[in-house]
Amino acid sequence: MTAQEILESLKAKFGDAILDAKLEAMQPWISIAPDRMKDVAFFLRDDSFLQFDYMMCLSGVDYNDGRLGVVYHLFSMVHRHKIVLKAFCTKENPHVRSVSSVWGTANWHEREVFDMYGIIIDEHPDLRRLLMPDDWEGHPLRKDYKVPEFYNGMKVPY
Amino acid sequence: MIETKTLPTAYVTDPRAMRSSSGKTLRTDEMIINMGPQHPSTHGVLRLEIVVDGEIIVDVIPHIGYLHRCFEKHAEHMTNYQQVIPYCDRLDYCAAINDEHSYVLAVERMLKIELPERVEYIRVIMAELQRIASHLIAVGTFGIDAGAFTPFLYAFHDRELILSLFEMTCGARLLYNYFWIGGLSHDLPPQFVDKAKEFCTYFKPRIKEFNDLLTFNEIFVKRTANVGVLPKDVAINYACSGPMLRASGINWDLRRDDPYSVYHKIEWEPKIGKGEMGTVGDVWDRHIVRMREMEESVKIIEQALAALPAGNVQAAIPKRIRPDAGEIYARTETPRGELGFYIISDGSGTPYRVKGRAPAFVNLSVLPDISRGAMIADLVLIAGSVDIVLGQVDR
Amino acid sequence: MEAFQNLGFWGTLLVTVILSALPLVFILLYALVTIYLEMKVAAHVQDRLAYMRTGWHGVLQPIADFIKLLQKEDIISVAADRRLFILAPYVVFMGTYAAYAAIPFSSIFIGANIDLGAFFIIGISSLVVVGILMAGWASNNKWSIFGAVRSAAQMVSYEIPTALAVLIAVMITGSLNLQEVTKFQAGGIQNWLIFGGPLPLLQKILIAPFTVITFLILFVASLAEVNRTPFDLPEAESELVQGFFTEYSGMRWALFYVAEYANMFLVAGVAVALFLGGWESPFGSFLSGPIWGMFWFIIKGMVLVFVQIWLRWTLPRLRVDQLMYTSWKVLTPFLFVCIIAVGLILVL
Repeated sequence: MTAQEILESLKAKFGDAILDAKLEAMQPWISIAPDRMKDVAFFLRDDSFLQFDYMMCLSGVDYNDGRLGVVYHLFSMVHRHKIVLKAFCTKENPHVRSVSSVWGTANWHEREVFDMYGIIIDEHPDLRRLLMPDDWEGHPLRKDYKVPEFYNGMKVPY
Repeated sequence: MIETKTLPTAYVTDPRAMRSSSGKTLRTDEMIINMGPQHPSTHGVLRLEIVVDGEIIVDVIPHIGYLHRCFEKHAEHMTNYQQVIPYCDRLDYCAAINDEHSYVLAVERMLKIELPERVEYIRVIMAELQRIASHLIAVGTFGIDAGAFTPFLYAFHDRELILSLFEMTCGARLLYNYFWIGGLSHDLPPQFVDKAKEFCTYFKPRIKEFNDLLTFNEIFVKRTANVGVLPKDVAINYACSGPMLRASGINWDLRRDDPYSVYHKIEWEPKIGKGEMGTVGDVWDRHIVRMREMEESVKIIEQALAALPAGNVQAAIPKRIRPDAGEIYARTETPRGELGFYIISDGSGTPYRVKGRAPAFVNLSVLPDISRGAMIADLVLIAGSVDIVLGQVDR
Repeated sequence: MEAFQNLGFWGTLLVTVILSALPLVFILLYALVTIYLEMKVAAHVQDRLAYMRTGWHGVLQPIADFIKLLQKEDIISVAADRRLFILAPYVVFMGTYAAYAAIPFSSIFIGANIDLGAFFIIGISSLVVVGILMAGWASNNKWSIFGAVRSAAQMVSYEIPTALAVLIAVMITGSLNLQEVTKFQAGGIQNWLIFGGPLPLLQKILIAPFTVITFLILFVASLAEVNRTPFDLPEAESELVQGFFTEYSGMRWALFYVAEYANMFLVAGVAVALFLGGWESPFGSFLSGPIWGMFWFIIKGMVLVFVQIWLRWTLPRLRVDQLMYTSWKVLTPFLFVCIIAVGLILVL
């Protein structure tokens, strides 16, 4: 299926949850409302024409204009098509619904997004820091991140 | 710091209030054992918190992040895309060429560069040599986990020959900075083709010797058959890739199914696990898939050496690497699975965002699900069969 | 010994101490040689050279290792049970060393010519299990406890095949006294118990397959008794770091190590005495005599030790439940069949 057809079947089912799309990019993407992410994900995985059963990657992005985003790269092993989903949220209200019940791999990826960007993943079974130490302060991959002076009494920048 | 809503369920803070990650309160006869971060067999700094009932595992909670080196933050501060390549090397330090290949592929697709044939063929040769070297480490250390100390040294003997081939070409044995955006840093030296052919003829009987010593040994088979079975649907749902996926019976290889470089011009086929000694997707299958992939790689190298065209490997290297604003996700088949790079460019010469999707990171997340009900001795083998490299997991 | 009976109390005590120190001297010398042998065999199996620098081809390396271990710091973790921790290596070594009393090194040298020799050896070497449990528990380390409990289970289960195999040898010779068993096999290699012993030809041909199987099972069971690969799960390096002696360092660890090598020779020596003719020369009366006897015994023992080392570096290790399965469901039934067969053939 082409990106246009995927967008249309999504719009047909979810209408208002589809906020934006850019189909002429090298890898077309569709923007979904962050709190409806899980329902869209279930549909994408289970619908027989779409069958996106393989989530290639889940990344966080800081767009440097007050927005944070979570980008999902999906692939269908059955139909061999790809799609990119994006969920934008603001720095004041950084919440995105978890898709870890849809694709098991999202569990650790979402933990990493929380760790690096501070985006709170709602309904995640075990949301805690993954790569940084558990009592680290701050979210390192944000564009406005300042490296702390001290961590537990040790000087950080050297 | 933003407050989290849910308490960490498996993080042991108060021993008297321990809860296992499935939510039940612990019975009094379960023990929590800590394996790592320093341990002879966790293949790096990985900490596994194991909840055991006697010798049977109830739950495994991996803790990673001990080797986190802020690859993504560094990439955003480099002055150009070329400077990120040495950092990519160090993601999976056992298979550095394949890391570079993935990143360079992503940037070249963004720039829409047309590469000379010679560059593509050399890249395939190097990638397959690196695949053999990486699998040799994997099967060698796996033998040590099972208690057989000798195959490890046989594997490293052969790996030395491959590393000297690399040293001949680009001067480095382990971390190369060899693939550049649009070409290569050095062309092949004149004696490379003969030495590589020599290596291929030498290596084929060595695989058979290794198999006789370890793979088909009765004790080894008994240790690894029917252990750590990864079912097909779980594998796809957890986005496993590489030998883990193929061992579960799924005929999927990115070199054929999401093609890049010149793999479509070479005759080869991916190796699938068939459950010959036990169940499909058990630890033995992953091991034999790696052994057979090495044989397949030798075939690819021989064909690529025969078909190597002439040309200038630095002809297509752009003077200034400045992709248009946009983003791309590109993936290649590394020895451990699918390594993907998601690169966002903002039109300047510096990458805006580089995310490395590491296969070992994703494959490791399935470890708790495949090791429940196994014994501790099995857990060591299961973790070894996932073939993780912590550099990749933590980035 | 009759010559020493009228020396008085102190004289007898002195002589006893000196004579019982002789196997100790042997153990220490043998340990040095076997450490070197193990490293060299391991290296050549693995396609590399081992020590080459200390002395010619590294012969002085075991001495260098010994000196290094002597000068290490004695670390006992604060939470460990001090008394048991310190006592454990001695108990393990005692269990092995005491059994050397009944090993027939030669026709004139045996520590104690007990009529229950074989039974004594099997019994006293069980003391090693107690020592291992002490070491594992006193280390206050979960991995040590794992190793100790596995080891105890393993050693206790493999005593059964060992005892049954010894029983078969005893059935043929009619005595538990190891000197008697050795003398029974006099006259050359064809009289060794592994080939059936000095029995009439028909009985010998019928019995020989069973004694070969029994010898092999005795050898395998003795590998498990000494915690060597493929049965080295208690000290599985890949999982438990070093199993029950993870927390030991320096000379205490060296004592465990020497005890392990002493145990290796002990079980090899028992197998040699029972099945391979002990100190009897394989050529009958050529090259035999008291001193030659000691030479033959040690050579045969070292051959079996060499096979143990060879197996360690070739085979992977068995898992705990597979180990138990092998002992109880494979080796023991085979031995029962052998006992019945040997018994019937002897009676015929």
